[in-house]
Formats: sequence, C-alpha cells, structure tokens
Amino acid sequence: MATATEEPRTRHDAGARAGTPAISLEQISKAYRSGGEDVQAVRGIDLRIEQGEFFSLLGPSGCGKTTTMRMVAGFESPTSGTVRLHGDDVTGVAPHRRDVNMVFQSYALFPHMTVFDNVAFGLRRKREASGEIRRKVAEALELVELNGRERTKPGRLSGGQQQRVALARALVNRPSALLLDEPLGALDLKLRQAMQMELKRIQRDVGITFVYVTHDQGEALTMSDRIAVMNGGRVEQLGTPAEVYERPATRFTAGFIGTSNLLSGTVAGRSGEVATVRIEGAGEVRASCDAPAGARVDLTVRPEKIAMEAEEPAGDRARLAGTVTEVVYLGSATHYTVRLGDGSEVVVFRQNASDAASAAERGETVWVSWRPEHAYALPG
Amino acid sequence: MTTATETGPGAPDAGASATGSVRRPRGARRRPDWGKYFTWTVLCWLFAPIAFMVVFSFNDIAGRHNVTWEGFTLRWYSDAFAYPDLNVALLNTVTIAVLTMLIAGFLGTLLGLALGRYRFLGQSATNLVMFSAISAPEVVLGASLLSMFLTMNLAVGYWTILIAHVMFSVSFVAITVRARVLTMDPSVEEAARDLGATPLTTFRLVTLPLLVPAITSGGLIAFALSVDDFIITSFVSGSTQTFPLWIWGSTRVGIPPQVNVMGTLIFGLGVLLAVANTVLARRRSR
Ligand SMILES: Nc1ncnc2c1ncn2[C@@H]1O[C@H](COP(=O)(O)OP(=O)(O)O)[C@@H](O)[C@H]1O
Ligand SMILES: [Mg+2]
Repeated sequence: MATATEEPRTRHDAGARAGTPAISLEQISKAYRSGGEDVQAVRGIDLRIEQGEFFSLLGPSGCGKTTTMRMVAGFESPTSGTVRLHGDDVTGVAPHRRDVNMVFQSYALFPHMTVFDNVAFGLRRKREASGEIRRKVAEALELVELNGRERTKPGRLSGGQQQRVALARALVNRPSALLLDEPLGALDLKLRQAMQMELKRIQRDVGITFVYVTHDQGEALTMSDRIAVMNGGRVEQLGTPAEVYERPATRFTAGFIGTSNLLSGTVAGRSGEVATVRIEGAGEVRASCDAPAGARVDLTVRPEKIAMEAEEPAGDRARLAGTVTEVVYLGSATHYTVRLGDGSEVVVFRQNASDAASAAERGETVWVSWRPEHAYALPG
Repeated sequence: MTTATETGPGAPDAGASATGSVRRPRGARRRPDWGKYFTWTVLCWLFAPIAFMVVFSFNDIAGRHNVTWEGFTLRWYSDAFAYPDLNVALLNTVTIAVLTMLIAGFLGTLLGLALGRYRFLGQSATNLVMFSAISAPEVVLGASLLSMFLTMNLAVGYWTILIAHVMFSVSFVAITVRARVLTMDPSVEEAARDLGATPLTTFRLVTLPLLVPAITSGGLIAFALSVDDFIITSFVSGSTQTFPLWIWGSTRVGIPPQVNVMGTLIFGLGVLLAVANTVLARRRSR
C-alpha cells in the first residue's frame, strides 16, 4: 500500500489488506429491459462480505438472488452502484478478468471434455505449467473425492458427481470468492443433505469466501456464517442464522424462515423494554416491544418457544387460552394448532419425549404460554 | 436384395418365438409383429432403387440400353472413365458439392449462431427468408436466379452453379445450427468466461466443439443437396455439365452402365461418410 503506483493487482496482495471485505456491493440496482418494460430485479443492495465467510443470499424465487450474484461474477452490469472485490472497483470489468468463480445450478460442465480437462480449464487459461496443472487438478479432485475419474466424460457421471466436478473446477483456481447459485437444487433430498455437510467441510478446509444462493431456509441456516434475507430485490435482514431465526426483523423474514406465529394487538401499557399488548378477544400478553402505548403491533413467537398445558401456568409467562383444532404427529415431534379467542391460530411444536405430559386431543381447551422476551413486535 | 426380403422378417421372428415362450404368456406369442413387417417393407421400398442401380452396374449388356439383366460383368468398373464428358461432369459435381459444403457450412454456421443467439433488427425477416428458400419451388428459384445472373451480366457456368448451390443449401445448415444453439445451455459458455477464457477462446474451445455435430450434419445435407440438384442447376449452368445434367442429356440415347458405376461409387462414399460421422460421434460422447 505504501507504493500505490506499483501496487500489483493480484489477489494475494489485495487480499492481504487488512479489514477489506472480500466482496462489497454499494447501492447496487439492476433493471432488465424486457418487452419494452423495465423489470426492477435488484433495488439498492448494500453488502460487505468478509474474507473467508460462508455467506448466503436467501429468498424466494424471483427476489433477485441470481441477478445479484451475476453482477458479482460480471455477467450482468448494474444499472447503478459499485461492485468491489477486495476494495478494487470491478463494476465494468469482464467476467474473465474477475478473480471470482461461479458454480452454476445446471453445473455447466463442458460435455466434450474429460473431468480432468474440465477441472484444468481455468489453470490452462492462466498458462500454468503442465506439471503444476496435474498436481493441482489431482488435489482438487481429491478434495471432492473424485480421484480416479479423470478420464471420464461428465455425461457418464451421476448428478452428485457432476456437482463435485463443477465444484472442483471452480475451487482449483483458488478464487478470492466462490459464488454458488443454488448448487444443490437438482439433487435429491438425501444427497442434498450429504452435500451440505460436504460443502461446509470443503469451505472450512480451503478457507475461501463462499457466497451461497438458495431459496431453502434450512440449507441457509445449517451452512452459513451470515445470511442476507432478500425479498423483492432488497435485503430484508442481515445477520447470523441465529439472529435471523430468533429475531426476525420484518414480517417477511418471520414468515419466510421457519414457522412463526403472528398475533395482532394494541400496546396497552409498558414498563421499560417490555410492553403489555392487548389482543382483542384473546387477552393480554407481555412482549419485548418499543412501540408507544396505543400503537398497533404484530407479535411473532416461534412455535418451539410455546408451551401448552391444560391448567393456566403460574409465574410471569405470557399466556392465552385456546382450543386445539389440529394435531399432526411427526414422529419425533407433534405439531398442534390452537385457535385463540380472537379467532387467530398459533402453531405449537412439542417434542415427543418419553416423559412428556399427556398429549392434547382435538377440541380440548388448553393454555399456551411463553416467556415475554420470546415474543417480538415486528415493525409495520 | 432378394435374399434380404425373404430372410429379413423371418429371421427375427424365429428368434422372437424361441425366447418368447419363456418371457411371454402363451396367448400373446402367436400375434404377428406387424410393426416389424412394416419397418422391413419401408426399408425395402427405400433401398430398392439403390439396389437396382448397384445391380445394373454389373449388367453385361451388349447394346445401348441398360434395362434388362443380361449377365454379370466387372467390365464397366475397369472401364468406368470411358466417357471424357462424363468424367468432367462428375468432377464438376464433386468439386461444386465440396465447395458448397464448405462455404454453406461456414456461412450457415454464422447465420445459425446469429439467429439462435442474438436479437437483432431484421431477425424475423431473416428467419422468413430462410424458410422460404427451403419451401420455394425449385423451378421458380432457378428461373429467378438465371434472370438475376443475366441482369448482373454474370456469365453462367461453374461459378454461378456454385453460387446457386450455396444459396439454396445455406438455409439447411443455418437451421440445424440454430436448433443446436437454441438447445444449448448458455451457462456452459458463461462457465468458460468465468474460468478466465476470453470471448474468442470460449468460442474456440467450447461453443464450436459443441456445434460440430450440427455443423457436420448441416454440411452433409448441403453436400447431398448439391450432388443431387438438377432443376436449379439446369437454369444456371450455361454450357457447364454436371453429373445429373449429363445423365439427363443421355437418356434419349441410352444411359451407359458407367453412370451406374459412378452412382454406386458416390453412394459408397456417402455410406462411408455417414459411418465415419457415427463412429466419431460415438467416440466424442465417450
Ligand atoms: N435476463 C432477464 N431479463 C428480464 N428479466 C429478468 C432476467 N433475469 C431475471 N429477470 C427478472 O428479474 C427478477 C429477479 O430474477 P432472479 O435474479 O433470477 O431471481 P432469483 O434468482 O432470486 O430467483 C425476476 O423477476 C426475473 O423475472
Ligand atoms: Mg435464481
């Protein structure tokens, strides 16, 4: 950094700059022109993805995840905003000049080349020595447990193996970040779960920044260091899996990640962090909320935080009475739906432990309760 | 040929009934396999003219008319090039066909890529012209090409035949290439760019190899169309002879068996090309 004029543009030097995020997006927007009309795919995203992080973009189909990723890779240019890789502005730079690699959902392997040639493709473009290429390809194939298949054409591999080749082909270049666009979407459930663990292990081993696009909240929660929840071209919430799950910041996040119960009420009074919220027709509960008295709020409570009993619980737990309307037995747990006095329904998850209190039946009157700090008021 | 028609349907049927008793319930075994008979009938129908051409290239005729079987000889093969005009005509046909294949292959590939990949002004018009070039009656095409060449003051002959052949066969290459481009996963090329390949390298190492099967089959169609063409060629040939034109000219005085010999050789070459193409395709996919 001292001699800025002869600063090399290679990634290792750039990456060494302390505190510089691997990827930063500054007010990125993207509008596609289609059929004479502008489709606003991404509407002003700000993100800083740190070196070595496993970062997920999570959101429903069509929310702009792929578009965001393609702007990082260089396949789309933003309508406005700046893309930086290790602090360098790469906004107008062509994909083959960017030090990031992508794993496509369709794998996009070269069908006319062997596994070896597929994996060696990037190294050959950098004109590395052939001995070096052979060593690195072997290493990459070892990492994805595909050594011995060098001479095979991709068409003769299973979906899971093709996925691994695609991964090796990108990783072998040691990019400063690896972009994965729903890479497990085409695999069946069992394989997908195995590959989730596998990806996490590989990421930990190689220490490369992973940016992972998915619409599967379970996948994002299991694998990520941080998650950006996207909706309608915007980032709704940014945080660790626990933060995003435990404290959803918006109605959308609460609904999209896991199951959550929404209760509408009015703030009746407050003492410090905790407010008393009146739910018309059901009763009053205490919840953490900073809205002023008289304001209308939506409370959210996760189903596993709710206890269900036949008798009214003692203590300072928030509690409401209701009737069981649905019982779904799921083996390790049972999901109950309870209708409250105001007609709204809450879902309660209960583990089927051997010492669990006797299960509730449909039509039974029960009390649902939770600790006040487990219910949050959502803005808007 | 005659033996093929007799043993053809018989042999597979015998095989089927031998294994059929094991695999199939008793009632179903007797039902004749109509699909198989139908297939063989169609195949015989398709190959009968070719078989006659091959058989009559060995016909030991005395006079000018090669229409009735008079005995076996190899004399026409050793005497294949007895007619200098026919040799010139055949050479013209083959060189024009090869040039047509190369030029139409090249232009058709570019056209097919453009039509499949990009949106541009005049795209639908280009599509329309391409399909109408295929469906327009050859007589009309031939006549209008002739008047075009005359208006342009081009001397009709070898080169106008080549221009005409490229013109009518380029659409076939373009259409096969376009179909391939449309079904190709665009992210395969993006992956190449992503891995550091320049646009040109991407085309050379990824796009082109993936298009090779389509270009080859388009080129082979162009070759076949060119070898075959009579109607359009007859309008724009001037005094230049091609193989089909020469045969047409000699029908009045009787077609010599050398024509059958050359036809057989061309057919054999075609079969060889087709087999080579299949073998290469199989090797590629391995
Ligand atoms: N090439 C394109 N042309 C026009 N609209 C597009 C294009 N790509 C994506 N879109 C639109 O942009 C929005 C976001 O798409 P995308 O980024 O693919 O979402 P996601 O990956 O989250 O499913 C969608 O409404 C989609 O229809
Ligand atoms: Mg997508």
